[in-house]
Amino acid sequence: MELFSVLVVDDEEDFVETLVNRLKKRTIDAVGVSSGERALELMGKREFDVVILDIKMPGGMDGIEALREMKKVQPLAEVVLLTGHASVETSIEGMKIGAFDYVLKPIKLEELFPKLAQAFEKKDAHDQKIRSAKIKESLRYW
Amino acid sequence: MKTSLYINLQRKIIFIVLLVSFAPLILLGGTIYYQFARMYKNKIEEQIKYRARAQAEAVDMFLKERIALLSTAAHTHSFSDITNERELSRILSIMNSKGGAFVDLGVITNNGQQVAYVGPYDLLGLSYYEQPWFGEVMSKGVYISDVYFGYRQLPHFIIAVLRQERQPVWIMRATIDPDLFGAMVRSAQVGKTGDAYIINKAGVYQTRPRFGGKILSNSGLNTSLFGGGTTIIEQKSGEDKELLYAGSWLKTPRWLLVISQEVAEEMEGLLATRNMEIAIIVFGLLAIILTIVLTTRLFVKRLRESDAKMNEMNAQLMHLDKLAALGKMGASVAHEINNPLVVVMQKIGWMEDLLDEEDPQKSKNLEEYRKTINKIDYHLERIRKVVHNMLGYARKMEPRLENVDVNETLNQTIDLLENYARINNIDIQTDLAPGVPIIANDQAQLQQVFLNLISNAIDAINKDGLIEIKSRKIDTHIAVTVSDDGPGIPRDRQGKVFEPFFTTKDTEKGTGLGLWVSYDIIKKMGGTITVESAEGEGTTFTVQIPIVLPQKE
Repeated sequence: MELFSVLVVDDEEDFVETLVNRLKKRTIDAVGVSSGERALELMGKREFDVVILDIKMPGGMDGIEALREMKKVQPLAEVVLLTGHASVETSIEGMKIGAFDYVLKPIKLEELFPKLAQAFEKKDAHDQKIRSAKIKESLRYW
Repeated sequence: MKTSLYINLQRKIIFIVLLVSFAPLILLGGTIYYQFARMYKNKIEEQIKYRARAQAEAVDMFLKERIALLSTAAHTHSFSDITNERELSRILSIMNSKGGAFVDLGVITNNGQQVAYVGPYDLLGLSYYEQPWFGEVMSKGVYISDVYFGYRQLPHFIIAVLRQERQPVWIMRATIDPDLFGAMVRSAQVGKTGDAYIINKAGVYQTRPRFGGKILSNSGLNTSLFGGGTTIIEQKSGEDKELLYAGSWLKTPRWLLVISQEVAEEMEGLLATRNMEIAIIVFGLLAIILTIVLTTRLFVKRLRESDAKMNEMNAQLMHLDKLAALGKMGASVAHEINNPLVVVMQKIGWMEDLLDEEDPQKSKNLEEYRKTINKIDYHLERIRKVVHNMLGYARKMEPRLENVDVNETLNQTIDLLENYARINNIDIQTDLAPGVPIIANDQAQLQQVFLNLISNAIDAINKDGLIEIKSRKIDTHIAVTVSDDGPGIPRDRQGKVFEPFFTTKDTEKGTGLGLWVSYDIIKKMGGTITVESAEGEGTTFTVQIPIVLPQKE
């Protein structure tokens, strides 16, 4: 039984592969893609609890744009932004449009993991609120 | 190499200035001397000429008088009277009493016989018929002879007049006292070397000269050189002395009155003037040399100093350029390193994860792997820190402008570090000027700089000490100084503190980027950051931030 599901989006494929492996090893349902387009495609098919999104991907969809689209596809999925030093401002902007937090590259898994957990907790809490709201709603008509 | 350059310059300047100032001085001195000498010589020549003319006139006058006296005596007596020896003697004494200079007196008949004579010599009865002057006087009536020896064998000359009123004609002849005549001519001589004498057409002395000869010897002068009136010639004498001769022809006999003078003596006054002039010029030249050498030396020394200053400034500028270039390069290198670092760190993490699955029994090097991975991890962390610092600080290219209160920013920064300082027993004292204006700047970056400086100060002191922080408004800048009483920075290392990766701290504590980044930040603001340190006394960093007032909203 996996703890929660994570989608890793980064143009550095070696990084994506390794991170996915390491997350899987920690019983997390992790999937990796190397572009914003693929991520959105995948998110159209299945749900993710947390998305790790590289804010700067040369060629193709830019991180902020991908973030906007993701929030449309899965508003409840929490997004943690991966950012280089040159794009801290972009990350702050990203947080304004709904990202959960940002981490500076390079990052150790030990530091990243708590962030993911927090993001999941938030999402989970949100989910539960929705669930209980739904229950209340259905109870009302009981 | 450089020194010889300055010495060369100094030499050149001295040479040129000396040339320019010497040349006119010497030229002027020379010209003035030349003109003066010419005038002086002219004057002397004029004088000597004048003297010659005057003396010639006097001699002429003297001779005319003698002729007149003789002629009067001849024409006022009858032949019988005058041949009376007593009467003749009376006439001679009367003539001599009126300034006569007559030695003897004789009466000669028209056939050349001397029929009467008074005088010291025994000449009575001698015949002068054969004498050349006899013919002359018979034809011309008046005759003055050149000096000759005659019967008496003594140099003398005679004056003869012809009495021709009644036949038969007779001649009255007188001898002029040569000593008296010579003395009269010589009265025109002047000074130690001056001379005055008379020579005839052939250049033979008619009076005794003061120097260089006896009467009737040859003077060596070429009389044809002397024209009408009074003529000046310059000629070397026998003793190799330059002599000036002024000659004036007499009217009656063709005699030349000569006044000579040694040029050297006449020029004595001029020589004194010349020596004085030379002394003044030499003194002037010495003064000029001294002044020029001293001022040039001073000038070159100043030049050298300012060159040295310029070089130092250039070196500093180059140093600053170097720092800026290093900064850019550092940032791009860090960026390039960062990307693979991201992957490597994950790969190492993955290896670590996988090691957990290994069977300790089957994998004999498991422990070694684990240790190695830990080491790699540790060192990767160091790389990450460096890259992080370099990228983090060099990141912002354009500072964000906001209203910044420098004092407030300092206070906030001190708050952040106060705990750290207190633990190490370090006192932070502030002296912040109240008048420091609010400026448009990037507060975060400014704080970064203050943070670096103050934490460096704390680290420098290590334990127990004092940090003083001051802010002042100085003209167009705000100056912030952070001083510590730590060990100070050795002189040879002070120039390096702003270079990247320069640190005195151990690798655990510092990356050597703090001051470099601070430097970069302040430079971008248009300010300066400088260090002053004395070993054993402490270090002071001074930040100068230009005052840029915020635009009114």
